[in-house]
Amino acid sequence: MLFQLEGSQAVARAVALCRPKIVCAYPITPQTHIVEGLGELVRSKKLENCEYINVESEMAALSVAIGSEAAGVRSYTATSSQGLLYMMEAVYNASGLELPIVMTLGNRAIGSPINIWNDHTDAMSVRDSGWIMLFAETNQEAVDLHIQAFKIAEKAKCPVMVCVDGFILTHAYERVDLPSQKEVDEFLPDYEPHISLDTEHPTAIGTMVPPEYFMEVRYLAHKRQIDTLPVVECVGTQFKEKFGRKSGGLLHEYNLEKAETVIVTMGSVAGTIKDTVDELNANGSKLGVLSIVSYRPFPKEAIREALKNAKEVIVLEKAFAVGIGGILHQEIALALQDLGIAIHSVIAGLGGRAITSEMIREYFNNKKHDNMVFLGLKEDVIDREYRPIKNSECNNKF
Amino acid sequence: MSNSTIGNRLSKKRNSVQSHYDRPNTLNSGHRACQGCGEALAARCAIDAAYHAAKGNIAIVNATGCLEVFSCVFPENAWNVPWMHSLFGNAPSVATGVAAAMQVQGKNVRVIAQGGDGATTDIGMGTLSGMFERNDDVLYICYDNQAYMNTGVQRSSATPVLARTATTLPNSIYSGNELGTGKNVPEIAIAHGIPYVATASIANIKDLEEKVAKAINIKGAKYVHIHVPCPLGWGYPTSETIKIARAAVECGMFPLFEAENGKIVGSTPIETVKPVEEYLRLQRRFAHLFGKNANPQAVEELQKIASANIEKYKLSGGIVNV
Amino acid sequence: MFQVRIHGRGGQGVVTAAEMLSIAAFLEGKYAQAFPSFGSERMGAPVVSFCRISDKEIRLREPISNPDAVIIQDQSVIKPANAFNGIIDGGFVLINSSNNESHEVNNLKNINVQCVGATEIALQHIGKPLPNAVLLGSFAALTKAIKIESVIEAIKTKFSGVIAEKNVAATMVAYEKVLAN
Repeated sequence: MLFQLEGSQAVARAVALCRPKIVCAYPITPQTHIVEGLGELVRSKKLENCEYINVESEMAALSVAIGSEAAGVRSYTATSSQGLLYMMEAVYNASGLELPIVMTLGNRAIGSPINIWNDHTDAMSVRDSGWIMLFAETNQEAVDLHIQAFKIAEKAKCPVMVCVDGFILTHAYERVDLPSQKEVDEFLPDYEPHISLDTEHPTAIGTMVPPEYFMEVRYLAHKRQIDTLPVVECVGTQFKEKFGRKSGGLLHEYNLEKAETVIVTMGSVAGTIKDTVDELNANGSKLGVLSIVSYRPFPKEAIREALKNAKEVIVLEKAFAVGIGGILHQEIALALQDLGIAIHSVIAGLGGRAITSEMIREYFNNKKHDNMVFLGLKEDVIDREYRPIKNSECNNKF
Repeated sequence: MSNSTIGNRLSKKRNSVQSHYDRPNTLNSGHRACQGCGEALAARCAIDAAYHAAKGNIAIVNATGCLEVFSCVFPENAWNVPWMHSLFGNAPSVATGVAAAMQVQGKNVRVIAQGGDGATTDIGMGTLSGMFERNDDVLYICYDNQAYMNTGVQRSSATPVLARTATTLPNSIYSGNELGTGKNVPEIAIAHGIPYVATASIANIKDLEEKVAKAINIKGAKYVHIHVPCPLGWGYPTSETIKIARAAVECGMFPLFEAENGKIVGSTPIETVKPVEEYLRLQRRFAHLFGKNANPQAVEELQKIASANIEKYKLSGGIVNV
Repeated sequence: MFQVRIHGRGGQGVVTAAEMLSIAAFLEGKYAQAFPSFGSERMGAPVVSFCRISDKEIRLREPISNPDAVIIQDQSVIKPANAFNGIIDGGFVLINSSNNESHEVNNLKNINVQCVGATEIALQHIGKPLPNAVLLGSFAALTKAIKIESVIEAIKTKFSGVIAEKNVAATMVAYEKVLAN
């Protein structure tokens, strides 16, 4: 059924349709409206047989979910930015314990300086944690990915993080199609835990693993995540069959057949890019867009296949690693390393800086692409503030 | 409360769980604890008592620490009950999740979270306070050996003042752990107004068992703080764990009491109150207070703490010999 | 695509106005996207919200810099917020003001300007100085981008009972006032 809803409310209602039995909440901007929405759904008994637990920190939020999943029930939480870092230890723990928790990440920058606005630095900081990470392009996809996430998590025995751009999606009112409870029940079976604290069959969960076995544990975690690629794809296909729209899967391809230059990106900025690409293509450009839904597991082969005919790839991302550069850029470069495609890096939208059509047009009008471009960087501020470290100072010291 | 120990077989009613032929052995033999480990003994007594009182329906969340490391190294496991370990500072939260999940599934499983003093009084204090404040249906047991033993005896906020640890080495300026520091977590638990708080000692197993057995079936948040000497960290022969635990109780350094809903409701009187020096002299962690660089002033400071406990918790039921 | 930018102060329902507008468009079967200026604004601080209305799916997610219409809920933000910036030729400006002589509009060329004393209307009908829903009535009359019936329906999804009725009454007054001009 169609609704005009705020992204956060839409996500809350989608999560409720998945019938979690435990929801733990600790507020952080811009995630707050999601957990507020779920709190209301639990209190008004629209989401029944669910314990809503207000906790004292993000560390506790994810830890409660770890406990409840280990005791055998479907569990959900949500966070953003600093909150994700505050629960970082538990993030690794949840995947290590193979607990299929679903968590929404309302993507936001990481301080210092403190900044509450959108970028992907938070998500990138947990890219090696063993979670499955899916990025939503629209609020419709945010809804659909949450429904898929529980299925993927429980199938893969691995937690799933659904990344939803903070403010840009979480606070935007849009049209969304929310499925009925019956449809979701048919799509998502009851949770059957693969491990559980059971008094009839006592087991120990989370034991210490010595050097004799640890490498194997890590190797298997990697192997299982790679094995999850077809699961993510298959659940996306099943979703389309059931609900009639393409949402999720590994990648979204746009105009790749005719494209010589492809912009690779993640999340909600793909929409603005597609509009701009249409405009530029109408004036003779040959541009396409590849947006990555499944960031972890990283669909290396699918990306190679999608980009094999491109002459040039531009990776536009809302995060970067200080001291080296674009993060997604490095991963794309690794995936395409022997294909002879020119790959450029564009860093954009950090800390909520708007990414506009005009910026993207300007980037393409300037034919020569530097290796790493910061879109909309204020050169005058850099000129004023930049103080190079003088070589002489170092030479004297060492 | 009673002062009877293991044995005492004359009265069946007063038998401890440990003295019974079919004790549950929740923490089985073959684990890797040090010889003379007070924590292993306390954990076995406490969890056996909880198991007995809850008719086997218990699940445990263990914080990182000695107890976790010595009881559960893959592929071995010394626990005969459902047990999980997540992290150092989050056992109370994980237990909250377990308890909530049990409730929502309609399962009558009593949930215990346990950890050492580092996990409890330091790194897990926030999550512990949250669990208390929400009155979650969890029994938290702190095995207090008064320092970070798992990492090699570093100071925690439960380390007694003037004690030597690897990070409070006595020298010509400092005499061990600084005076005026430390955190009293049982009192903090009481301040949360939770249904039940108790302290216990492995020198008094019957009392320990009774407190745990009482706590496990109370609905809401419960806290039991158990004093567990550590031969390695405190510096004493492995055969003297119980003796040292008893000495701590008898001098007033470790008061035994119970509190309900924010109020102290009872304490275990000391039959013959002993000078604190007798307790201190048994342990190398206080050795710098005696001998050629003796520091009688420091011993006096510790005596003041013990005496204050005796007054505050009304422990002088018998002959005071200070 | 019809793009609307709403300026006002925190507490005046600037964000709610954009949301209601998007709901009204949705009720007409259109696509609409409403979003705030994403700040941690406090009561009284200048606030901006945006709404796009289109017959097709809206993919663009940048802030609106060339609006078809600007709604000013509080005249005092016009200068500091540079509120008339980028309005398209032939666009609309709706100002909450009982004084038609508002001098800030003097520089606007080829723009349809309309002033409505929305705060007074709100005070009279709702009893609170909340101009946001009221101005949407005038907006419907001025721009014809949305039907007044849809605005009324949208208000009823955001408010209920007596408050909804009062808002609807005030909105109708503001709608008819502009129609009469």
